[in-house]
Amino acid sequence: MDRPYGLLAELTYACPLKCGYCSNPLQLDDYRDELSTEEWKRVFAEAAELGVLQLHLSGGEPLQRHDIVELVRSANQLGLYTNLITSGLGLSRRRAAELREAGLDHVQLSIQSDERSLSDDIAGTPSFARKQIVAQQVKDLGWPLTLNVVLHRLNIDRIGGIIAMAEAMHADRIELANTQYAGWAGLNLPELLPSREQLNHAEVVVREARERLAESMEIIYVVPDYYSKYPKPCMDGWASRQFTVVPNGDALPCPAAHELALGHGLPAANVREHSLGWIWEQAPLFQQFRGDSWMPDPCRSCDRKEIDFGGCRCQAFALTGDAARTDPVCHLSPDHGLIEAAVATANDPSRPAGGTLIPRMAMGRPNRATNVTPRRTTGIPVQLSPTILREKA
Amino acid sequence: MRLTRAMEIVDATARPRLSPHVRLVFNAARGEYALLSPETIWTINATGAAIVELCDATRTLAEIEAELRGQYDQVAYGDIQRFVAGLVTKHGMEVKHG
Repeated sequence: MDRPYGLLAELTYACPLKCGYCSNPLQLDDYRDELSTEEWKRVFAEAAELGVLQLHLSGGEPLQRHDIVELVRSANQLGLYTNLITSGLGLSRRRAAELREAGLDHVQLSIQSDERSLSDDIAGTPSFARKQIVAQQVKDLGWPLTLNVVLHRLNIDRIGGIIAMAEAMHADRIELANTQYAGWAGLNLPELLPSREQLNHAEVVVREARERLAESMEIIYVVPDYYSKYPKPCMDGWASRQFTVVPNGDALPCPAAHELALGHGLPAANVREHSLGWIWEQAPLFQQFRGDSWMPDPCRSCDRKEIDFGGCRCQAFALTGDAARTDPVCHLSPDHGLIEAAVATANDPSRPAGGTLIPRMAMGRPNRATNVTPRRTTGIPVQLSPTILREKA
Repeated sequence: MRLTRAMEIVDATARPRLSPHVRLVFNAARGEYALLSPETIWTINATGAAIVELCDATRTLAEIEAELRGQYDQVAYGDIQRFVAGLVTKHGMEVKHG
């Protein structure tokens, strides 16, 4: 069994934004019992011991945690590469300087569009102007800047302007990934999935920009898998390279696996009760879809099973109610009709332009433990991306 | 960037360095070197790490090769160039000239 390379730490599901494409679970209030500072530090230490190299600090909005500087410092001292995935709200100049001093390696700033009104509409709160300031602060402090724009039906036609905005900000990287229809985003799928015409336009713009900006900015562009012939190699295989710890300490092989675990009656693997080593190696949820013994046909006999690992378990669960089915995105899946129907709706010529998203419902006030919960020890003890370059001695 | 274009840029006078968002680490738990960037990890062998450690934006590729010759019996310039160019195409390294 490989050791994990990456840990996504979802520190809190509290967030000032109300993005309709949010991939966090529907019932945020189930995750209000958040890990304490000391508990997170222990999780980071166990992760480093397990071989994790990269720590993504996310949420919700990770800056909603008052201990974010202390958490970054602790991860940095463990030698982890720390990546803050933020809306920018809460990143004052002073706090940014503190994070820089604590050793934060990289900031990934989300923005919803290149136009103030559209960006604020999608975010469900005025935030565009603040994000512009934060982008400048990030560069001023000497951090590399990655701009992260989730693409969907309502903003994908702005892609040229979005790239121009990233250029003006001197962003080092821009991630233009179409929405994953997990969690809350699932409710908004019909309003999020772009048409084929929209995607064709976006692709032309991206190709031109990549040629032009090859040496100054890295452009990552991800099409919706609904338009692919084969599913994406989700997580590079279940419990293979990375995992997630959510605000209440539950560990998940994929950041969208909350509902899947409940739906299949698999016991939660919580860091308050188990070591990360035990969870990675033995937790039933992690073992369930590891390797290929769980695979049904057409995956089992498919020569692509080592390439896409049967696709996304969470998507299979969300669409069919059974996480052990082939990802319906695959054109060979018996459930592929579900995808075809959604794509047909997205391309219906009688659909009016525009649309509105159901805004993300916010979480109640988090309940943050201040004392350390002792753990009952039960055992002994890294988009990571398909581009891992493995060079063997 | 395509590899052919990167190979042109990464010539003997190029001064490579890691991109600002990339960090070289040796991970004791795994016993291997890795280059870390926001979304990607490149695991590299000890030879790769020896090259990266010399890529400090002041040494040229020719100087890096000369230093490696002092450390290793066999050093192929083409391999060093390809290694650096490969990382340039992936935005893991940057080069300066002059």
